[in-house]
Amino acid sequence: MDLTLLAWGDTGWSDEMVFGAMMTLAVAVCSYALGIVIGSGFAAMKLSQVWLLRWIADLYTTVIRGVPELLVIYLVFFGGGSVLRGVAKGLFGYGDYIDLPIFVTGMLCIGLSAGAYATEVIRGAVLAVPKGQIEAARAVGMRKWLRFRRVLVPQVARYALPGLGNVWQLTLKETSLISVIGLVEIMRQAAVGAGSTKEPFTFYITAFVLYLGLASISNRGFLRAEVWANRGVRSA
Amino acid sequence: MNWELINESWPVLLAAVPDTIILALSSLLIGFVLAIGLAIMRLSNNRPASSFAYGFVYVFRSTPLLVQIFLIYYGSGQYRMFLEDIGLWVMFREPWFCAILALTLNTAAYSSEIIRGGIQSVPWGEVEAGRAVGMSRVLLFRRIIFPVAIRQALPGYGNEIILMVKSTSLASTITILEITGEAKKIIAATWSPVEVFIIAGAIYLFINFIVTRAVTMTERRLNPLHTSTEANVAVQVH
Repeated sequence: MDLTLLAWGDTGWSDEMVFGAMMTLAVAVCSYALGIVIGSGFAAMKLSQVWLLRWIADLYTTVIRGVPELLVIYLVFFGGGSVLRGVAKGLFGYGDYIDLPIFVTGMLCIGLSAGAYATEVIRGAVLAVPKGQIEAARAVGMRKWLRFRRVLVPQVARYALPGLGNVWQLTLKETSLISVIGLVEIMRQAAVGAGSTKEPFTFYITAFVLYLGLASISNRGFLRAEVWANRGVRSA
Repeated sequence: MNWELINESWPVLLAAVPDTIILALSSLLIGFVLAIGLAIMRLSNNRPASSFAYGFVYVFRSTPLLVQIFLIYYGSGQYRMFLEDIGLWVMFREPWFCAILALTLNTAAYSSEIIRGGIQSVPWGEVEAGRAVGMSRVLLFRRIIFPVAIRQALPGYGNEIILMVKSTSLASTITILEITGEAKKIIAATWSPVEVFIIAGAIYLFINFIVTRAVTMTERRLNPLHTSTEANVAVQVH
């Protein structure tokens, strides 16, 4: 193992790898945010009275959680462009060739997958809020939106936090799959380095350590957030 | 919808099913045995053993499976001379060996946490009762702790099986043509992702449906409350 390969600057690959780690973090954060938005929407659908909405939400979570992420990535990567071109042509009459940026494609794929897991977490958290509290809020004359904002959301956030922490860990690891469509994050950068120096072990062990670091730091953050969110709750 | 393509790719993707199943099954079986060992180590009073198990599980659960696969398959190439000297290169040059090794270590880490949870949920009174009738440690584990722990751990382990079936798709990144590998080949050649996704997705969903049903049935069989009342009466009489 030639450690001079990992020098900082023009002679080594450390700066490139750290840049890759920042890209990984950027995709992960964007996909995670998208996943929570999707998850909230589908959780609301799962809890709705309309059977069609419930059915659509069930179909979404069953398919996404039962099919490999790699397959979803290929679907969006190879199919996203033609959908986009179809929309551009149909709605705006734009006939030239356009394609989704890789970052957006990756964010959509990972966000879709994170969304399916977040749906179940958020649905469980909503069900965990005691009914009496909603009734109490109604009794003091809070309107629907105020009940939602003051009573439901803060508690759902607290109940959902441990589950959403797991979803974050999943999301962070899943971003490595985006390397197959060419986004230069940790894995892609490691593959490039491995290819041009013929030292694959050095680069993949670096990638390994970077992921380990990102996961450890963010895990600690989530644990802290949990302590903060439960600061007013009595427990044994 | 291109029906001709569906007709053509259906048999190709079905033919890849055995590869996916072999990858999943072999790594699940070996991984399960390793997981039991890791769970016992983690719960033992032996500090080094317990720390090793903790570290192993932590590291494998915090890094993507793709890195683990690449590290083993491509990374081993850097030490080819050394591996040739000790005679292991014949194994590490095989993508199948590397994929199963990575999948096995990965599932061992996740499953050991599930089994640990199961072992910890065994009521302490049952362990004491076993000790009171003079069971040895091995007998106690085999007859009391393990069966009760497995019953508790089964739902979680069912999820792990499904995750593993999905994870086998990563073997396609190191040249193994299982379902996802074949699907990617067809998609790249025809640029018809939707049709291929529907077939390959349906195959995965069907496999996972079977797994879910099998786990539910096993759960029912192992749960004493669901066995027939006659059996319970018989136990009470004797």
